[in-house]
Amino acid sequence: MSAPAEARVASFRSVALAVAWRSVHNFLSNPAFLVPAVIFPLFFFTAFAGGLSAMSNAPGFDFPSGYTAFQFVFVLLQSAAFGGVFTGFAVARDFEIGFAKRYLLAAGRRGGIVAGYALAALVRALITWMILTAVALIAGMEVGGAGVELFGLYGLAVLVNLAAMLWAAGVAMRVRSIQGGPLMQFPVFLILFLAPVYVPLSLLSGWIHAVASVNPVTALLEAGRGFISGEPVVVALAFAVAVALPVLFGLWARGGLRRAEAAG
Amino acid sequence: MSRDGLRTQVGQLARRSVLRTLRQPAQIVPALVFPLFLLAVNSGGLKQATNLPGFPTDSYLTFALAVPFMQGALFSVMNTGTDLARDIETGFLNRLALTPLRGAALLSGLLAGAVVLGLVQAATYLTVGLVAGAELVTGAPGALVIVVLSVSITVAFGTIGLFAALRTGSGEAVQSLFPVFFVFLFISAMALPLDLIQTDWFRKIASANPVTYLLEAFRSLLFEGWEPAKLALGFGIAAAVLTLGMLAASSALKTRLVRT
Repeated sequence: MSAPAEARVASFRSVALAVAWRSVHNFLSNPAFLVPAVIFPLFFFTAFAGGLSAMSNAPGFDFPSGYTAFQFVFVLLQSAAFGGVFTGFAVARDFEIGFAKRYLLAAGRRGGIVAGYALAALVRALITWMILTAVALIAGMEVGGAGVELFGLYGLAVLVNLAAMLWAAGVAMRVRSIQGGPLMQFPVFLILFLAPVYVPLSLLSGWIHAVASVNPVTALLEAGRGFISGEPVVVALAFAVAVALPVLFGLWARGGLRRAEAAG
Repeated sequence: MSRDGLRTQVGQLARRSVLRTLRQPAQIVPALVFPLFLLAVNSGGLKQATNLPGFPTDSYLTFALAVPFMQGALFSVMNTGTDLARDIETGFLNRLALTPLRGAALLSGLLAGAVVLGLVQAATYLTVGLVAGAELVTGAPGALVIVVLSVSITVAFGTIGLFAALRTGSGEAVQSLFPVFFVFLFISAMALPLDLIQTDWFRKIASANPVTYLLEAFRSLLFEGWEPAKLALGFGIAAAVLTLGMLAASSALKTRLVRT
């Protein structure tokens, strides 16, 4: 690598690490951010896996690892997505209080700012996943998948986290106010719940089956559930979706960064 | 102060509260859209639950229609609390404290917005549910009782918002209570009847959760018929929450006014 290229990479990395450090520090040191990020997924997991376990007795429901594992995958991907969205809130807040302007002035490589937020989103999600996984295992979740399959499951979650963060950051850098929160959150909520959340796709009927059949999140859920049960399905499709989404929303976030730069 | 004076005070504050609610689509729209969206998703996604032995109706939509009324009440906590917190943050409450306004008038007046929101919510949820194909075995009288019960619960929960606002004085703090109240809704017989919840600890918590019995009161009117015991329990819980909420809010108001 040439010297200027090395300098560019170093600049990008130092910006990304600095932004990530500040964002992670804010997250960990403020209970108002940390507690909901951890509690909400646990709460959904409890409500779905505990309250709806009778759904595993519905005719045609045949998931080898049981209902707890079935719901764990949904809650894992949901926490991945919302970890990304909540980081978008942090982006918006930084613009609202003017801190992001200082980032824009100081950063040699401004793409590093977005990369830093993405890194922070991943750290947030990893903390949540550790706690969620521990609770699920204590609750007796059966895991049929082996090492590679579980790596696949968490790999999907990482890509979902990245995609959601880039989507939310794109909105945040356009709106540059926390008032854009519902715009970041609601579409993610919508697309997650229009997938087979409670029962497999084959047991859905009517309009929700039609919508879930074309919802890309369905492939992610089905692949994730296949991984955890040790019977992988639609893996190629799921990873194609999981890679395409960050690419698409990466362009969206880049456009947002350009808008923020133009706004000054 | 004369009864007319008190009536005037309550009337003025109620008018302000109603107008403020109606002028804030950001309060009304999510309170209508979010519960209906979840109703649509859950009634589609959990339709298979009606095939479980012992499920009380063959329409999950009818079973799930009780839930939006409770979600609407949760929005009442947030909206009522946030409005009062804004009055505290902007100093409006301090100005009211300089007038001979009674605490009871202030609290009652502030709940008028919750009454209007409760009416709009109840009418919308019920209409949408029935248009979508939900049953209502108790007919028009049942619909009327559903609306009255819904408004009662919305107002009762609104007092919790008032208490939270008076205690904290911060809109952000009131908003942060939303997940806490959501827990009460989710850990109840929201998605399945009590006797079909398999997980022991979950069923025990749901059995002790008053929200379960509020849901059962709505459900009795929707698909069971007239069940006086369930209705009495539903209205009784609403009355208890209203009484406790008003007492707590009155006490917090005194402390708040002393502080100012």
